[in-house]
Amino acid sequence: MYLLLYLVLGLLLLAGIFVPLLYWDKGRRSLILAIRSLWLHKMRAFLSVLGIIIGTGAVIALMAFGEGSMQEALNDIRKLGATNIIVRSRRPPENSATAGRSRVAVYGLTKADYHRFAVLQEGGTVTRMVPMRDFKQEMRRYHLMYTGRAVGTTEDYAAVNDLPMALGRFLLHEDRSNVVVLGSQVANALFPFENPLGKDLRIGQSPYTVVGVLKSRSAVGDSGGQEMEDYNNDVYIPLDACNEHFGSTITNRQAGSFQREQVQLSQVTLTVSDIDKVRTTGEWIKAILSTHEKADWSVSVPLDKLEAAEREKGRFMILMGMIAGISLVVGGIGIMNIMLATVTERTREIGIRRALGAKRRDITMQFLIEAVVQTTIGGVLGVMIGLTIVFIMPPIFEFWSAHLPAKVHVPSIFLSLIVAVAVGVGFGLYPAYRAAMLDPIEALRHE
Amino acid sequence: MPVSRLPARTSPLTERDNPMADVVRVTDLVKTYYLESVTVQALRGVSLTVEEGDFVALMGPSGSGKSTLLNQLGCLDRPTSGHYYLGDEDVSQMDDDQLSEIRSRFLGFIFQSYNLLPQYTVVENVEIPLLYQGIKLTERTREWCIHLATLVGLGDRLDHRPMQLSGGQQQRVAIARALVNNPHVILADEPTGNLDSRTSDEIMERLQQLNNTGKTIIMVTHENDIASWGKRVIRMRDGHIETDERNQHRTIGKALANDGVNFNGFSQLPVNV
Repeated sequence: MYLLLYLVLGLLLLAGIFVPLLYWDKGRRSLILAIRSLWLHKMRAFLSVLGIIIGTGAVIALMAFGEGSMQEALNDIRKLGATNIIVRSRRPPENSATAGRSRVAVYGLTKADYHRFAVLQEGGTVTRMVPMRDFKQEMRRYHLMYTGRAVGTTEDYAAVNDLPMALGRFLLHEDRSNVVVLGSQVANALFPFENPLGKDLRIGQSPYTVVGVLKSRSAVGDSGGQEMEDYNNDVYIPLDACNEHFGSTITNRQAGSFQREQVQLSQVTLTVSDIDKVRTTGEWIKAILSTHEKADWSVSVPLDKLEAAEREKGRFMILMGMIAGISLVVGGIGIMNIMLATVTERTREIGIRRALGAKRRDITMQFLIEAVVQTTIGGVLGVMIGLTIVFIMPPIFEFWSAHLPAKVHVPSIFLSLIVAVAVGVGFGLYPAYRAAMLDPIEALRHE
Repeated sequence: MPVSRLPARTSPLTERDNPMADVVRVTDLVKTYYLESVTVQALRGVSLTVEEGDFVALMGPSGSGKSTLLNQLGCLDRPTSGHYYLGDEDVSQMDDDQLSEIRSRFLGFIFQSYNLLPQYTVVENVEIPLLYQGIKLTERTREWCIHLATLVGLGDRLDHRPMQLSGGQQQRVAIARALVNNPHVILADEPTGNLDSRTSDEIMERLQQLNNTGKTIIMVTHENDIASWGKRVIRMRDGHIETDERNQHRTIGKALANDGVNFNGFSQLPVNV
């Protein structure tokens, strides 16, 4: 829809250049002559503007694909929440001397940390804190079994992570009993033929009643190296119930060995009231956590990633611009080449015009207009080809089950059109000057 | 930049007391070409006056300087020394832009090889001098061009391209083009050089009729037949004027003389088109 508007704007821009020419006799004559002589040498004209066509087409297409993938990366980061700060427990590097198979690894965020964060909430900078504890767990319903991620958390988790409900409700602060909200995949696996609401299932050793099912949601990842979070495999239970039933120590059975971990909270997500305070709040949190003996925590600020991604986008666009610039310069050289040939070919015409009273600047204008007409037509064709590529390529990639996001970068259309006109002026100037400087007598004698 | 010494639309001739005075006055004109190691003295001090309404045939062997002189008279080049007065204006001191303006306003050119622009139609070719004179092309100027094309007998070929016309027809387009700005002097460089004798006669008759309406014509030729149409024959040799005499045995056109074509139109150019 907007595209149409921008196309109209682009045409208006071109009209702005060429309509005044039409009201100026010599300009109109030169314009008509330029179009006529281009039409006369269609193939040559096409080949000479091919550089411009490919240049602008490439700019439009590359910018669109660049913009598309950047946009997607930014959206992923935005889903994490630009005002959020995510504090995670991290398993500290194993010290080989003390590492024992039966030892319980104690690390990570504690409830004490959580309460210290609460100071920030009292101060008003943090509006929401969502504690969370997750571990792998088996879920059973009669003979059906599913291994997923059990997440002990509170009501706000759904809001912070943008989890829409398919059925029922999410957890509530009042929930103290054994209630559970299922991820879509879990619900499908354990309740293949029935509505899970109100039914029971076992998580570990304890029975839980289903109160809600989440909508299926595509996994969220980001370019910053954070692991993908697949919410469809999750079951959500109240944090208190989780601590009660599973205790503080979790045993992971791995290929013939046990690994015992004691982690009080896997993650705390804090929402900051104001985007400007995100970074300082992050620093405070780091200061609070710096009392830990080991580096068993990490603070991630999506805003940082967002800004880094935006900086990266800026760099990318500059790079694209440079590629575009090079290709347009190459195209311009093609134009210059052909214009020089044209001037030689039409030396006699120049002589005739000079004899009949054309001033040097009339000749200059004539050849300049011819060059600009060529590059402008090339630019318009290039934009059209570029847009065609932008609209055709993603479905083709889809067909090969690859993903190629594309979003037309509107300024690049204007920019490349303006550059095409400028290339016409820039590279047309020298041939036009050469034409104007010809001696009329010599030019008339030229065969 | 307008020609400062030429107020718009006034000619060097109009404000003069004697309308039949000299339209061209050349004094001691020298043109020297410096080629790589050779110096060529193409004109070695030529003095010449041409009255308004004269028909001059400029003759001479190749290398005699007649073409160089015509280029000088046509303001296509500047002399090394000497003066050239067109009317009362000393055009030998003008710069390139001013000379261009002089050419577009006061001179008409007819070339041996017609020199029409192949991309343009007959009418568009005729319009060119007006275009560079800065006159807005309107229906009225177009009518004027059509009128001229009709006068030279091409009224039914207005939208033809030069390639579709015979040599004689092309040269007639060139004549119409040379008349479009109502010039003071028409300069013809071997206007019949590419034409057969019958067509040559036809072209010369048209030029003679033009001359009869008061147009000054200076024509370069090396054929005595053609030169005999002129009122005055100047012979050049080695950059000098060798002889300069009135033509006693002038050829007078017959076929077209009384066929009703009225060339008075040429003197009726609306100056403020």
